[in-house]
This record gives sequence, C-alpha cells and structure tokens, in this order.
Amino acid sequence: MMLSSPDLMCREAVELMSDYLEGSLSRRDRRRLEKHLAGCPLCTSYLEQMRLTIAASGSVTPADLEPEVLDDLVELFHRYRESPDDT
Amino acid sequence: MEDLELLAQMLAGDEKAFTELVARYNSTLIRVARYYVGSDASAEDVAQETWIAVIRGVSSFEGRSTFKTWLFHILVNRARSVGSREHRMIAVDPNESNGLAPSRFDQGGMWREPPVPFTDVIENGMVNQRIVQLVREAISLLPEPQQAVVTLRDVEGLSTKEVADLLELSEANARVILHRGRTRVRADVESKMKERET
Repeated sequence: MMLSSPDLMCREAVELMSDYLEGSLSRRDRRRLEKHLAGCPLCTSYLEQMRLTIAASGSVTPADLEPEVLDDLVELFHRYRESPDDT
Repeated sequence: MEDLELLAQMLAGDEKAFTELVARYNSTLIRVARYYVGSDASAEDVAQETWIAVIRGVSSFEGRSTFKTWLFHILVNRARSVGSREHRMIAVDPNESNGLAPSRFDQGGMWREPPVPFTDVIENGMVNQRIVQLVREAISLLPEPQQAVVTLRDVEGLSTKEVADLLELSEANARVILHRGRTRVRADVESKMKERET
C-alpha cells in the first residue's frame, strides 16, 4: 500500500517547477506537482510563464561588441596566426 | 552558419569567420569569467586570452565536444588560474530570496497576488522579440552565481551537468541556483508586464 503524500500548496509548487522542467524531480514530487497543477489554474499559468522565460532565454542573442574590443581581437588574430611560434 | 564551419574557415585564415565566433561568444565568456575573477576588467582580459588560445590552438580541436564546450573549458581553466585567490566555493544559502516575495502567498500558502498574465508574447509559435529583450535585461541584472548558471544553461543550452562541471558546483546546487535565477528572471519580466498594463 502506498502512503499518500500531503497535497502541495501553491507556495511549495512554484519551488518545484524549475526541477520539473529539467526532468529532475523524484517520481513522488512529480506526481504531487502534477496533481496540484491539475486543480490550480494559477500555478499552471505560472509554469507556462517559466516555460516562456526559458524559451526566450534560448533566443537571446549577444549584445553588439564594442568596436575597440573587436579591433584588438582582429589584430591578435593576425599576429598569432602569422607567427604561431611567437610566445 | 554552424560553429564548426566558421572554425574551418577561421583555420584557413578567414578573419570574418573569427569575428563571427567572437560576436557569438564573447559576452558569455566575459559573464562566465566574472564568476571566477574579481572585476569586469579581469574578466575581459581572461576572455581575450581565451581567444588567443583559440587562435593558436584551433588546429588541436578534435571535435569530440562541441566547439562551445571546448571554448568554455579553455575559458574556465584560465579564469580559475587568475581567480583562484579571489574565488570561493559557492555555498547555496537556503534563505536567499529568489525574487518571488513571500507576500505573494497567503497564510495557507495559496496565491494572494496571482501571476500577472504574459500577454501577446507568442508570434507564429515563437516568443516575440519584446519578451526576449526583457529576459535579456533581467539576466544581465542577476547576481552571481545565478547569472553564470542561467547564461550557460538557458542561453547557451549546456546540460546542467556541463554547467556544474564548468562552475565547480554539485549538480544539486547548480539546479538550486538555476531555479533561483529563473524565478528571478520570470518575476522581473512579470513586473515589466505589470508596468505596461497600468
């Protein structure tokens, strides 16, 4: 017989969501969270926002480089490429 | 163009291929270096040394890992040697705020102030540029170690294990830090959404 776990509160549910999306929750916690989500539209909406946040992070492109930084690196590129033994 | 194609062109002496790789990764290199060293200036120096090592060592890249992973390992080795005196092992503070105010919940632990809806953030099945911009700003405001963890995991797409290895964290701690960073980024975006609505 399985012991039943106490139901999650919203405050606890939000603490599990990042691990849930990582697939790293224990089976027990995953079941508790999914049970909570099934009855809680607010936490479901929070989880969706976490997903959107992560998806948006994956679309972040780097800021433009400062021209001086790039100029320095281009100079290094030519220096070290042309004389590879020069330490 | 894929990193490996750029690398091949760079090996053949193409400056543009090199600058494209720099444009892709320099800001992440600086961010991760900042985790180990004490100042922005040192972090920029470490990033520059990393590029020199890439220029000189590119022909030794065997392709067993992705270029990105190889690059980050070079960076971390350099940053560690520069920052060893300044770097302390990161402890995870169990009481640290994660950006979600306790007052959002009532005494019973249910939402008192529910999540503000994210409206108009999907276009053609993709997140739109407005939310990407908000997330980019929010990540740049994260404290270390959250900034390094979120950048490597969610922006660069490394696995949690790779992130933990690069930053000398246990996987469990990397996940706690990732959770806190993501929570803070979401909360930051939410507060901007709220400003827009009022």
